[in-house]
Amino acid sequence: MKTDLLPLSQISDALASGEVSPEALLEASLARIRAVDGKLHAFLRLTENEAHAAAKAAAQRRANRNPAGPLDGIPIALKDIYCMEGVETTCGSKILRGYIPPYDATVVRKLKQAGAVIVGKLNMDEFAMGSSTENSAYGPTMNPWDLSRTPGGSSGGSAAAVAARLVPGAFGTDTGGSIRQPAAMVGCAGMKPTYGRVSRYGVIAFASSLDQVGPFAQDVRGVAYLLAAVAGYDENDQTSSKRPVPDYAAALGRGVSGLRIGVAREYFGEGLSPEVERAVRAGIERLRGLGCEVRDISLPNSPHAIATYYIVATAEASSNLARYDGVRYGYRARAGQLLEMYEKTRAEGFGAEVKRRIMLGTYALSAGYYDAYYLRAQKVRALIRRDFDQAFATVDAVVSPTSPTTAFRLGEKLDDPLAMYLSDVYTVPVNLAGLPGISIPCGFDSKGLPVGLQLIGKPFDEETLLRIARAAEPPGHRLPPIVEDH
Amino acid sequence: MAVADFEPVIGLEVHAQLLTRSKIFCGCSTRFGAPPNTQVCAVCLGLPGALPALNRGAVVMAIKAGKAFGCRIAERSIWARKNYFYPDLPKGYQISQYELPICSGGAVPVPGLGKIGLERIHLEEDAGKNIHAEGGSEVDLNRSGVPLIEIVGKPELRSAEEASEYLKALRLALIYLGINDGNLEEGSFRCDANVSVRRKGESKLGTRVELKNINSFRFVRQAIEYEIARQVELIEGGGKVAQETRLFDNEKGVTRPMRSKEEANDYRYFPEPDLPPLLVSRELLDSVTVPKLPQEVVEMLGAAGVPAADARAIVSDPRLVEVHRRIGVDAKRAALFVVGELARAVNENEADLGALKFDPALVPAVWKLQDSGAISSTAAKEVLAELIRTGEAPEKIVERKGLAQVSDSAALEAVVDAVIARHPAEVEKYKGGKASLLGFFVGQAMKDLKGKGNPGALNGLFKKKLGEADGTHKAK
Repeated sequence: MKTDLLPLSQISDALASGEVSPEALLEASLARIRAVDGKLHAFLRLTENEAHAAAKAAAQRRANRNPAGPLDGIPIALKDIYCMEGVETTCGSKILRGYIPPYDATVVRKLKQAGAVIVGKLNMDEFAMGSSTENSAYGPTMNPWDLSRTPGGSSGGSAAAVAARLVPGAFGTDTGGSIRQPAAMVGCAGMKPTYGRVSRYGVIAFASSLDQVGPFAQDVRGVAYLLAAVAGYDENDQTSSKRPVPDYAAALGRGVSGLRIGVAREYFGEGLSPEVERAVRAGIERLRGLGCEVRDISLPNSPHAIATYYIVATAEASSNLARYDGVRYGYRARAGQLLEMYEKTRAEGFGAEVKRRIMLGTYALSAGYYDAYYLRAQKVRALIRRDFDQAFATVDAVVSPTSPTTAFRLGEKLDDPLAMYLSDVYTVPVNLAGLPGISIPCGFDSKGLPVGLQLIGKPFDEETLLRIARAAEPPGHRLPPIVEDH
Repeated sequence: MAVADFEPVIGLEVHAQLLTRSKIFCGCSTRFGAPPNTQVCAVCLGLPGALPALNRGAVVMAIKAGKAFGCRIAERSIWARKNYFYPDLPKGYQISQYELPICSGGAVPVPGLGKIGLERIHLEEDAGKNIHAEGGSEVDLNRSGVPLIEIVGKPELRSAEEASEYLKALRLALIYLGINDGNLEEGSFRCDANVSVRRKGESKLGTRVELKNINSFRFVRQAIEYEIARQVELIEGGGKVAQETRLFDNEKGVTRPMRSKEEANDYRYFPEPDLPPLLVSRELLDSVTVPKLPQEVVEMLGAAGVPAADARAIVSDPRLVEVHRRIGVDAKRAALFVVGELARAVNENEADLGALKFDPALVPAVWKLQDSGAISSTAAKEVLAELIRTGEAPEKIVERKGLAQVSDSAALEAVVDAVIARHPAEVEKYKGGKASLLGFFVGQAMKDLKGKGNPGALNGLFKKKLGEADGTHKAK
């Protein structure tokens, strides 16, 4: 197998042994993007000049036997939600078309320091609002396993790029499942760390109390490398945690025997596709086979998570997106008067789903409705968090399906927002509780579409989560047809 | 008109810029007057992805105000977003405090009014400034993110005059605390007023009107007086006061409607998710020290023997208090110097209280020269003026300007003898009882000495040489 088709950690090993050079990897990545991305549309733009310079510098460090770490020289790509100095960053929205940030997000700065070669910016649902990447103002991304299907979302570009081996690793963001759900839909690993584990500075906000940065890779070890490079306290993000960052990769080798895994009955109910359930239960049995103790648990308030989420997230979004007013940057509509300028700019600059959520959130915060909606949602959120706290008194991790179905067809749920929202029914509670979660591949349905298994961990216990995920991930790496065709 | 039948009820909301060097949520400078949009960054421009990081200095200043006014300081207070659209508000929301402010309760001492209660003091960020020019409007965001405290007073004021006194006392107190420069012109101390009226004896409050754009003590009085009269007239005429916000037109001296209650913004306050709750530890609270407030300094000066009028004049500017303190001895005489020579020099632009050229501790040295007779009182004034201007040591000034008096008795005696010899007729008259001629003799001697004779010593010498004049003759 070609080196660039290997999972990230093996590419890292190949770089370390000198088997492959950063420049060769970059060329292979760019060649594959040129050949395949016309069909996938994972990338919104490439940063070839910066990437060539970065690959050259990485090669120099590798030659000097002074690499910056396991990522030094590895091509990666970023969801177009990360501000990158001098590179257009649109957040999938028309309202930010042409916007060039004057600074790097903390995550981008750390990745550059780690020697990662950033090849481009990836497609996403506008402002990370969506579960299919169809809400991008720049057109949808296709699923590498079936081009008529979506890769999930909102980080669909990131997931598709990794699954199609356009890059070994990518970063997305996860507010209600936007990393884990697309990872499940395309059959790769994707992790949402604990809220506060990774700095949000320079990551364009959707819902500040829920947003979290996270990595995609083919393998769990690759995820661990990527997470280690970006995790940690940042004085520019006061919601980031000062807890020390453990050595994630070192935790992976330890076995899982004796770990207690909780199976919540609320995550195997109505709406779950039988094929997904079968694959996930098989995954649970594999964990049992590895010596895990599997326990039934209950997370009774989880069924309220979607309703709670669509109040909290939209309320915060309605405020976070107020800055896109046409005054300082981004799109501005022609208008004679200030109010008219605001109205036309936002009417023309935002897509339908973004407008829907701004209106929902504005309503939830309005005088006379605040107590009934926002305040009540915060109370339910506290109950959901308490459910998990109680569960973690008896188990080390919770296992569930990542999403109730495998990848759905383009357009299938576009006119039915509620059906689309339910695609995140198992991932949303994790964001509301601020916990770490990871999705790993656990087989295929009868159509040959990947199924994802979600593991949920204790706050800041990414180590245990990665350790279980590593043990449970499938040994083989089946390639999607689009890669084999190429 | 029957204004006298009504009782005005006034509460003031003051926005005071805190004197931190950098903004409340980023490292940009707070310096006033820089070219537009030169003190800005991703955070205070509200660029996508930017997040606020709290400047603890602003918190310390808010605590200082809270302690000075006897407020309760919350161990845990909450940041909130106040949402509205305006071009000078780059994020589309202002980070403020709403449900749980850092300070609540407390009161401001106002001379003549006792204590005026406070509802709360909270921290927030300032907005930028719209500049309306020909051909369009522009936005300057240098001020965006400058830290403010909003001091919300209880509606305990009963006249425009009281409102003005309260504001003056509050402003001076903030200056004493070193947390605000009290500059109304540059907008670092701003005021809104809530005004209502009710018939005397009525306990229910009338409908209140919020007045904006009253940024001088004179405008505060004018706007409130106008508004009281307007509301009384309205009620007397059978009308009703509408709850609204009105803008003061300082050229015409009237208030006019800005927006009605129905048009008022729904600010959709909610807890700011980008900032954790603001925690004030016991250690932090105890570490914040509060200097003496104006009222206490007046009392202290009075106790030291400074006349009340001088004390009030000195207290009106904490820099004068500082000079007075640094003189160090003889509080009463030091006060005379501060309100006399120093005030005069400041008025004549020969001294700048913000950048004094002299060490006030040198002032007593001048007094000593004067008291010992080394220089005359006229010369002492000149030395003080020169000291203020240059900071040069008093002895050096005396030497350089040749102001030393001749007190050497041999030298003086020769002159006295010469004067007596030159004026036999006057000597005769003096001896005959015209005591007032003593001044004439001293004057003649001074002339011979080019003004540098010690007048006391000369007096003594003439008396000794001519014998005491017989005062009883003089009375005839």
